Amino acid sequence: MTEHNQLPLNADDNLSEGESQLFRLRLFVIGASPNSIRAITNLKNICEEYIKANYELEIIDVYQQPLIAEAEQIVALPLLIKKSPGTERKLIGDMSNTAKVLKGLGIYSES
Amino acid sequence: MTKFHKKQQLTTFDQLPKTPTGITGLDEITGGGLPKGRPTLICGEAGCGKTLMSLEFVIRGATEFNEPGVFMAFEEKADELAANVASLGFDLFKLQENKKLRLDHVHIDRSEIEETGEYDLEGLFIRLGYAIDSIGAKRVVLDTLENLFSGLSNQVILRAELKRLFNFLKNKGVTAIITGEKGEGASLTRQGLEEYVSDCVILLDHRVINQISTRRLRVVKYRGSQHGTNEYPFLIDEEGISVLPVTSLKLEKEVSSKRISSGIPSLDSMFGGKGFFQGSSILVSGTAGTGKTSIAASFANEVCSNKKKCLYFAFEESPKQILRNMKSINIDLQQHVDSGLLEFHASRPTLYGLEMHLVAIYKIIKRFKPSTVILDPITNLITVGSVSEVKSMLIRLIDFLQDEQVTVMFTALSLNTVVNEQTDEGVSSLVDAWLLVRDIESNGERNRGLYIMKSRGMSHSNQVREFTITDNGLNLVDVYLGPEGVLTGSAREAQKLKEKTGVALRDFAVSRKDKEILRKRMMLESKIASLQAEFESAEEELNKMYLEDELKQEIIEKNRQEITNIRRGNVDAPKSKAKTKK
Repeated sequence: MTEHNQLPLNADDNLSEGESQLFRLRLFVIGASPNSIRAITNLKNICEEYIKANYELEIIDVYQQPLIAEAEQIVALPLLIKKSPGTERKLIGDMSNTAKVLKGLGIYSES
Repeated sequence: MTKFHKKQQLTTFDQLPKTPTGITGLDEITGGGLPKGRPTLICGEAGCGKTLMSLEFVIRGATEFNEPGVFMAFEEKADELAANVASLGFDLFKLQENKKLRLDHVHIDRSEIEETGEYDLEGLFIRLGYAIDSIGAKRVVLDTLENLFSGLSNQVILRAELKRLFNFLKNKGVTAIITGEKGEGASLTRQGLEEYVSDCVILLDHRVINQISTRRLRVVKYRGSQHGTNEYPFLIDEEGISVLPVTSLKLEKEVSSKRISSGIPSLDSMFGGKGFFQGSSILVSGTAGTGKTSIAASFANEVCSNKKKCLYFAFEESPKQILRNMKSINIDLQQHVDSGLLEFHASRPTLYGLEMHLVAIYKIIKRFKPSTVILDPITNLITVGSVSEVKSMLIRLIDFLQDEQVTVMFTALSLNTVVNEQTDEGVSSLVDAWLLVRDIESNGERNRGLYIMKSRGMSHSNQVREFTITDNGLNLVDVYLGPEGVLTGSAREAQKLKEKTGVALRDFAVSRKDKEILRKRMMLESKIASLQAEFESAEEELNKMYLEDELKQEIIEKNRQEITNIRRGNVDAPKSKAKTKK
């Protein structure tokens, strides 16, 4: 279930820093629950739109790996953890609030 | 009525299964423990012992009932928890290693989390489910679930998920404890958790009254089971939590007709020569300085001399002080302390609340298993509670002691101002035997008089005895009952002396009177003699007169004859012839 995308940074990106920064994202979901499916779709859309080809997304089904839930302090799902760049951030929910997702990822859109 | 009764009995047979908590006293109140396979809510203010109680539930389950448990902490980290209970003698890490316990710290920080839409708490469920399955847990604690509300903002989701969580726990078949912080006003928890947990709710409370804090526990609700509804005090000490189910409503105690000596032979003789009943309660009341402690110490000494255990709760003096003071009246308690038969527990009454005292006493008695307990004095307890509170505490204490067949002696200070001889604590009606030591003041000195006000179930002396404290111990002396009333002390001695002189004086008086009588008799006798003599002389006189008269008559007659003879002329004629001629 792991998706691995690595693409060079686009010139017209909206990143505050011009340098190429790889977004390492982990999305924890639970099977095929409506929330999970929505979260995956929403997140993919956001990523494709704002950090296209500059992210690494790992989707983990917690049902399959229950141990990870404790290790990652998972309570609410779906959960997106941004490992880098910058400090680790946690985002929960189905990623339907794009502005919040971008804020959480540290991407500032012009909107 | 009988039908109803039968029905009730039937339902009690079919009680809902329970999980014993292993917490002292809590199982008694709840009639066996928490509802098995259902969640229980423990709520209360901060610092009232919620976490400890729930943690103890899990630990006791793991160690005593072989029921592994999961402790999910929303507040404290695993090592913090372990450190907290290490002082109670529990090793959480070892239990974790042995797969008896699983600690899981759930960390939620609002600042770290961005909510981006719909979510659920499935992650928590998975964690919990995995933890339960990995060790086969039967017990689960969620401490404090309400932290979720501070970490996550979507109340609608949270409430729906909580409902799901409780269903999840029920489906898992685990006995769960959920703790919750007490809310504002009448609500039990801040987030209204009581709405979700409907089977059993326990409320903990931490109250400060008169600067003394007492923790209390109340079972607010227990669906499908009988339970104690009162507020019960509980204690957190080095052995964990103990709740005291202090009121046994039944009066169905075993009684003993064995008698035990009071340590004062003359006092025993007032109780028909045998002393108190074993397992009875004895009250010694009196004004200050009447020797109550001495009586108590003498009783303790006697008990220990018979190789029985005695517990001495001192609320006024320190043990060393008592030991020293009692030595002065030839009661050596030190030897019993050394041999382990006598144990002192001295504490200021204000150390903690009344209920805490009771719990502490209860615990010590359970551990030491004495045959006799002495509380000296109970009066001081009044400083930490009202009269009715002290009374109810003592009722429960006596109840408990009688259940355990422990003889108890209370001492109580009664004030001179109290008109009747009731003790302040009003326990005199509860006790089996009541000794009253009273000052008897007269002739500028104070003496002690001892009465037996009552003694259930045995004949006892109705007399007042003088109670003396000597270098050789305690003794009772018969008071002197003279015509002037009861005399004690030197007045008694004086009266005795007075009596002695009285006897001597009387003896003397008697002999004097005897002599007087003798003298009087002699006097009378002499008087009689003189009267007799007088009478004789009078008689003589009279006799003399008679004779004289006779002689006179004779002479007169003779003279007349002669005159007659002369007249006739025949002077020569013989007298006889003349007579015949005529």
